[in-house]
This record gives sequence, C-alpha cells and structure tokens, in this order.
Amino acid sequence: MIYFGDLKAKKGKIHINKNRCKGCGFCVEYCPKDVLELSEEFNTKGYHPPQVINEENCCYCQLCETICPEFALFVTLKKEEEEEEGEKGESRP
Amino acid sequence: MKEEDRPEEKNPMEDFLRMDRIPHIWCPGCGIGTVVTSFADALRKSDLNLDKVAVVSGIGCSGRVAGYVKFDSFHSTHGRAIPFATGLKLANPDLKVIVFSGDGDIVGIGGNHFIHAARRNMDILVICVNNFNYAMTGGQVAATTPLTANLSTAPYGNFEYPFSLPYLADACGASYVARWTALHLRRVTHSIQEALQKRGFSFIEVITPCVTLYARRNRLGDGLNLLKYYYENAEIQHGADTRTLGISFQGRLIVGKFVDREKPTFLDCMNDHLSKALGDKYVKYGVKL
Amino acid sequence: MKADPKGVLTGAHYLDGDFAIAEGALAAGCRFFAGYPITPSTETAERFAERIPFVGGVFIQMEDEIASITALIGASWGGKKPMTVTSGPGFSLMMENIGLAAMMEAPIVIANVQRGGPSTGLPTLTGQGDMMQVRWGSHGDYKIIALSPDSPQECFDLTIQAFNLAEMYRVPAFIMTDECVGHMHEKVVIPPADQIEIVERKWYEGPKDKYLPYKPDKDLVPFMVKAGDGYRFHTTGLTHDERGYPVINAECQDWCVRHINDKITKNAAKIIKFEEDQTDNAEVVVVSYGITSRVAVKAVQQARKAGIKIGTLRLITVWPFPEKRIKELSKKIKAFVIPELNYGQMALEVERASAGQAPAIRVSHMGGWVHDPEDIFKAIKEAAK
Repeated sequence: MIYFGDLKAKKGKIHINKNRCKGCGFCVEYCPKDVLELSEEFNTKGYHPPQVINEENCCYCQLCETICPEFALFVTLKKEEEEEEGEKGESRP
Repeated sequence: MKEEDRPEEKNPMEDFLRMDRIPHIWCPGCGIGTVVTSFADALRKSDLNLDKVAVVSGIGCSGRVAGYVKFDSFHSTHGRAIPFATGLKLANPDLKVIVFSGDGDIVGIGGNHFIHAARRNMDILVICVNNFNYAMTGGQVAATTPLTANLSTAPYGNFEYPFSLPYLADACGASYVARWTALHLRRVTHSIQEALQKRGFSFIEVITPCVTLYARRNRLGDGLNLLKYYYENAEIQHGADTRTLGISFQGRLIVGKFVDREKPTFLDCMNDHLSKALGDKYVKYGVKL
Repeated sequence: MKADPKGVLTGAHYLDGDFAIAEGALAAGCRFFAGYPITPSTETAERFAERIPFVGGVFIQMEDEIASITALIGASWGGKKPMTVTSGPGFSLMMENIGLAAMMEAPIVIANVQRGGPSTGLPTLTGQGDMMQVRWGSHGDYKIIALSPDSPQECFDLTIQAFNLAEMYRVPAFIMTDECVGHMHEKVVIPPADQIEIVERKWYEGPKDKYLPYKPDKDLVPFMVKAGDGYRFHTTGLTHDERGYPVINAECQDWCVRHINDKITKNAAKIIKFEEDQTDNAEVVVVSYGITSRVAVKAVQQARKAGIKIGTLRLITVWPFPEKRIKELSKKIKAFVIPELNYGQMALEVERASAGQAPAIRVSHMGGWVHDPEDIFKAIKEAAK
C-alpha cells in the first residue's frame, strides 16, 4: 500500500508462543484489523491459542504484543522483499 | 534499537524478564502481565541505564512482579515495599527505584508508608495495580473495593467507603498522579515514561481486571468483559479535581493525568536546608559535584 | 580495613551509652540511620541526626519502627551499613522484618535500649526483658548475633563489633543494652581511626552472569552485591534457592533454613565472647550481662570476703550463647547464679546448657531499678551450700 509518494504502510509478522497462551482473548478482541482469532486446537494447558487468519492486514500496530498478559505474542516488521511477494498476488482497494 | 534491527524470532520482552521463571503465576485474563509489558515499553523508550533500575514489590499478585523482571529486584514483606524503596534510594541516590505492587499492599497495610513517602516527596515511582481486592489470598475486601461489591470477607457486599487513590496521593503531596486502566496500554506506557523523568513521588494507579476473584464473585464475566467495562466507562479528564475521582461499583472511571508539579525531593530539601543552616561544614549527600 | 576518620571523634569524652552507640556507629562506617523516637533510645537518634551532616550520610526519621527496619534492609542492599535504635515496643514492631533481614541475609544493626516491659511498661526505667525476644522474636528458625555492653565505653566498642559481625556473617546484629547503661554518663575513649578495625561484607567480584546471591562460600556466608552494579539479582523473603528465586517446596525449605542457621552455628566459636574471672577453682559462678554484671561485682566482692570460692562469667555476646563453656563449668561447680532484670531469660539458657549438672539459680528483678547486691549475695550463699 503506497500513500503520499514514498510512504508505505508497515506490515507485521505475528509470532505466537502457543503454549504460553491462556486463552484470554484480548489479542483477538482488540486487534484493529481482525488478524487473529482463537483456534480450534488445544495447547498443552488446554486453552485455545490464537491463530493468524489475515496476516496481510496486520499493520504492525503491536497492540496484541502489548496487551497480551502472558508475553506470548510479538510482532516483527515485515521486510520489503516479503512485502512485495505478498503484494504481487493481491489487489489493493 | 531500531525496529528493523530487532532480531527475528525473539520476543522483545525477553530482555526484561527472567525467562527462567516464565510462565508466570497470574490467572488467564489477569491484567498484571499487560501492565508489566507497558512498563517494559516505557523503559525501552526511555534512555535510562537499566542497570540502575531497581524494582521493589510487596506481597500479593502484583507483588510477584519483582520476581519476573530482570532488574535488581526485591520482594519484600507485605505493605513494606515503599520504606524498602526509601532505604534503597537514600542509600544509593543514583538508582531509579520503582515500587510495583498492588492496591492492598500499597494503601491497605502499607497505607502509612504510602502517605509519608508522598509527604516527603521521596524520589520513587509507585505503580499501583488496582484490582479492587486482595487477590493472592483469595479475594478479600480491600481499601479500594467499591461499595456493594461482593468479596470473601464481605460476603453480603462491601459496606465500607473505599479510597480514591489519586485523591489520597494528591492530598499527601505527590508530584505526579495519574490513573489509567490496563486497557489504556499506550497511555500507561506514556505516563510511566513521564514519571520516570520526573523527580519526586510519582504515583500511577492502573486499574486491572481480576478475573478469578473480583469478576467471578461479582458475576462480571471474564477479562474481556472487564476490559469492555473499562472501554465503555473510562473517561479521560486530564487535570481533573482529584476530589471527584471516586469509583462506584461498575460506575464511571475517570482516568488521566491529574497532578504534575515540580517540587523538591526529600534529598533536595535535606541538602538545601542543611547547607543553609550549616554552611560549608555541611557534607552534601547524593549530589554529583 | 581501618575506620574512615571522618566519622571518628577521636579523644576522651564524657558520654552516655546512647550517645556512645551513635559514635560507635559513625566510627564503624554507618552513614544511614532510619529510626523512630522511643524512650530511652531517642538520644542515639538525636546524636546521629546532629553529627551526620558533618560526616556525610542520611538520617531519616521514619513514620514508625516497621518503616525504620524495612528502610534499613533497603539501605543494606543499596550498599550502606545501616542502623536503627529502639526499645521494647518498637522492637516488637520490628520483628517481622528482622525475619526478612535474616532471610535476605542483609547486614543491619539494631540497638535495643531495653526498658521495663511488657507492653508500654516503664518507659523511663531500666529492664532486660527482651533477651529471649532478640533471639526468637520473629517467626521461623533463624539465628542472629546479639551483644550486651555494660558501660558507655562498651557501647562504643561493641557497636563497632556489631557492625563488623553483621557484615561478616550477613546477619542482623543487635546491641542489647538497657536504659541504665544508655543514660549513664561515663568516660568514653575513642581511639584514632587507624586503630579501629572495620570489616566490610564480602563483595562479589566475579563475572556478572555467574553470580548466585545465596551460594555459600567456604565460611558458609554468601558473597554480596549492591543494587545498581549491573548484577540484576533478585532477592525475596520467600524460601529461596541459591539464585535468590523463590522455590516453594520442602527440599528448598530444608536447604534455606539450614543455611541461614548453620552459618552462625558453625562459626559460633569465632563469634562468642565472654569475660571470665576466677572461674578455675570456683564453687559458684555468677553469669550476668549488661548493667547487672556491674551490680553483681559488689555481691561477688562480699562473697569473696565471706570465703566463698566464686567466679564470674560476663556475657559479651549473648547470642550465640556460650553453651560449651557453661557446660564445662557445670561439671566442676556447685551452682550458677544468674541475676537478671527479668523473670529469668538467659537463666533458661544456662539451665539448658548445664543439662542438670549444676543448678541455675535465678535472681530475678522485674526491672525499674537495678538489683540490690544483697539479693545477689544471698543467692550466692544459697548456691554455695
């Protein structure tokens, strides 16, 4: 996504430590781009950890990383090459 | 560190946590972990030498924070985190001392220490995680519990008036007073950043969900329900009169930064006054010459 | 190492015990005092408050004794040698955090200028009723070191000793004096700084990532660091392992409790000090400490005039208790006579250590004044039969 010349929207890659999750649902609820949802699988503690469903929409706001009480989520910035790979196959509104 | 240089696959919290003690003991939906992350964010964004950061906690769920953070950390006795921090700070004024503890610990049993440290404008930052009960011991009524809330030692509802913590801190003479909820992630971080730069007694109350006890006993749902309550009821009023900040059960939550004043700290006062009184014979303390 | 001359008021002075304690603290390198006023100990705090601005350090009057003792532990971890002073009621308030200091192995010094108890008792009059409390006051099993001066000069000397012992063994050390010695004015000779031996805690100097806060060294005392030096250590009042991390199980409890006790028990011979006089052929030995030992001198003189073979043992370290020596003596003598300004506290220790070999005869005075030497003499005569 390109705005105003060279400015590009940031994109994030979400890393989830599934076994640390306690299924509170904060990340799912407060992600502004609905990138996460609770999965069907169980982790070792018996909770449903989140899974990424819409990674292309992740705008690297890091809210999930900050709100997670278990330190189970973190987001890294997607590098440009990764971004372009993604861009090729998609249409932007 | 620039975002682009952050190593892949490493949770940035690992620099701040004693990873050999993670996972922590807090319940699903508990907000303490969130506050710790906001705290870590604030430290990351500040230019403090992290070797000089000392964290002191008391007893309680929030009191466990000292055990999880990778700084010189002290887990002292119930209610005594503030005098411990006082001793630590006065012994080594170069330290940045942060008290990270719960409402029961800081203003319940620790009430006397709280008011005197604020009165003296002791140069420490107190982050008070307020979940409206004594959670670690099973959810008993606390000095901050709103009227009518149900807890194990108020099984028919609380009939005691609670404290309004910002009012208390302001009345005692704190230099910086703010209140947020755990949901106000960035604002908590920003407040902590501001308070870390301030000299004097800084107090930040962070209202956090207690799912297993406060919410369960009062049929308030789970963590998400409590966060929703914060979202719908928190109103930011920076500089509001601290007399108007009382919290009723599931009522309006006035949040914001209420007090931000410049005031000489205990050591400033000591050095200034004794210099005036004793002249050159006075040996200044803790002042970089 | 030698004392810092800034804190040493070299010369011959006319001081009371309380003031001598403050001077001893300054000579020992104490630069942090957190206290709360309580009769008859307040003078120590006042003296420290007057002197510290010229030496360089902090005096803070805390809001209560609990805050005082806790601030001491914080200051110890901040690298200072801290002190407080109190009396019976304040001492009781400090108990929880004396346990914390024992558990965290933080060197601190507390002076208790005892007064008549229990409770508010006799605020302005002497007593020796806290001798067992200093040993057992906090909950759980731990050991402390307690010294008992009998004069303002000893108040000065033993305060320095208390600081050295606290630093050597990373333990709370106590100066158990009383209102009589505390308010008694006598000559106190303070030597030049280079004649005063000071001990500092064993500072860790190894690699930061290998530091274990509670790993005992050869002398069973762990190395210590202070906050702000980059060791990023954690310490807690919970039962903990060598890393300082809480470990809540029976094995760790066993290790932890044994460790904080054994480091004193196994070094007891180096710590214990007492003063003996003519005990070699004695039939009766008077065991006493503090002001009572001075009153007992008169009774002992009378006893010797009456032909009784009497020896004295004056406790300088009250805890750890010199049970070995008492046991040895108990095999040779007829009886111990223990005059105390309480209903019999150290007498219980003498009784325990003598294990029935020699009776321990108490001469109890509840406090408020000192013994009449006649009463002690009467007991000695009984014992000699």
